[in-house]
Amino acid sequence: MRFPGLLVILAVWITTLAAPAVAQHGQDAPPPAAATSPSGANPTTDAVNEQQLLQQMHKLQGRITIPDYKAALLEQPQGRTYQFLHERVLPWAAGILIIATILALAAFYFTRGRIMLDDSPESGIKIKRFNLLERLTHWVTASSFIVLAITGLNYFFGKRLIFPLIGPDAFAAWTQWAKFAHNTIAWPFIIGVLLMLVMWVRDNIPDRYDWRWLRELGGFVSGSHPPALRFNAGQKLIFWSVVVFGLTLTVSGIVMLFPFWALDINGMQWAQFFHASAGTVLTAIIIGHIYIGTLGMQGAYDAMGSGEVDLAWARAHHSAWVEQEHLQPRGAASAGTAGVPAE
Amino acid sequence: MARMKFLCDSDRCIECNACVTACKNEHDVPWGINRRRVVTLNDGKPGERSISMACMHCTNAPCAAVCPVDCFFTTEDAVVLHSKDLCIGCGYCFYACPFGAPQYPRVGNFGSRGKMDKCTYCAGGPEQDNSEAEYVKYGRNRLAEGKLPLCAEMCSTKSLLAGDGEIIAQIYRERVLRRGYGSGTWGWQTAYRETVAI
Repeated sequence: MRFPGLLVILAVWITTLAAPAVAQHGQDAPPPAAATSPSGANPTTDAVNEQQLLQQMHKLQGRITIPDYKAALLEQPQGRTYQFLHERVLPWAAGILIIATILALAAFYFTRGRIMLDDSPESGIKIKRFNLLERLTHWVTASSFIVLAITGLNYFFGKRLIFPLIGPDAFAAWTQWAKFAHNTIAWPFIIGVLLMLVMWVRDNIPDRYDWRWLRELGGFVSGSHPPALRFNAGQKLIFWSVVVFGLTLTVSGIVMLFPFWALDINGMQWAQFFHASAGTVLTAIIIGHIYIGTLGMQGAYDAMGSGEVDLAWARAHHSAWVEQEHLQPRGAASAGTAGVPAE
Repeated sequence: MARMKFLCDSDRCIECNACVTACKNEHDVPWGINRRRVVTLNDGKPGERSISMACMHCTNAPCAAVCPVDCFFTTEDAVVLHSKDLCIGCGYCFYACPFGAPQYPRVGNFGSRGKMDKCTYCAGGPEQDNSEAEYVKYGRNRLAEGKLPLCAEMCSTKSLLAGDGEIIAQIYRERVLRRGYGSGTWGWQTAYRETVAI
């Protein structure tokens, strides 16, 4: 043989080529555990394990070669928690809360009835309660909240209640518009809440009348009239509810309008959960507010309607305010000059 | 019918990203959207591991559950598909998905995500199989042609397996027994509530 060395090289080369093919077809014997990698080291010694990583870090984050940084998150089992909260907890909690509120108001209406004005010699005299800016702010916030509440509840209850009635196409079209409405009408609501905070915070700081008012439940049940300044403790609770839940909704809503700008995936899940929870609680509170401002109490609506209330109503529900602002005006700069009765 | 699943044998994945490229090409996926991606854990360190991930077509899929317009549906092969006509781009499915599968054509500021796009298991959408409308919205329907997803079909190391869950689990089980190790079926516990017992 002239080239024995070449033959040997050729034989080695052919064997090397064929080896992986043989391995793929599984005709070789399983290698001993100690020699499973070409380097002789056990490849599983340092290798990361899914269960271990999840226990340590709760989600699996790695590196990718595409620009979308969110894609570097390999796995987040918290999505299952979000699914549970979103589909099991929230619809039940929200449904029960809102239906219970309506039932409680109905029960109150049918047992206690409307809270009527007592006959008084001061009936018929009107005094100013809310000026134009205050009423405008109230109604902009109120109307935008109603739109936000309906379109917001639609995210949860639409597919359960409206979808079966109108079918997938019509429901998707309505929900698309509801989403646009929810995302845009949020802004007047935010401005309204902030304006109300600035306008009314001074009159909503807890004062010495509040404890008695709360103890007597505002006199709603007994029919008594505990004294109060411009806002009684019940109205203060509404005010602070709107402020607290309104700002919760604002913050969680804005971070959802700019997804992944401030929060990671778990942050987005919690933002959505808190947004839905705060929205539901505020909806229930506002249902109560609407009831007492219209059907529940005679004379209450005028405050936000015409801005002027009956002196008898003011005397009954805000006696200290009437004393302070209208019957003993503190100089020309007093806020209530426009409403001072003629006599 | 089969219960279709994906299984990434990460001991074989060499992070070549051919599955990503094949998917983008096969379905003409829009710029910026990746239905499949390869994530490398512990990059550059001992024990580095790459896993190819896309929609896992979960059992009791979280995306489908949280969708406010119920635009998802599950095929006879247990493939989770959705209707781009119904999708409103709310983004909930991305929050719910444990694997980051849903993708949107736009960033999403002011709720402007557009219609969600995700891995279809090469099974198209609700339109007529292999119709032009289906191709434009969802890409090719290989399953209707009797073919498996292209990402797995052209995986050079056969790391990524697609097919009936029982069959690919059996292939993986045999591999692990033969070579003596296996890092597990990544994502299966979260997606299917089960793993492959060796």
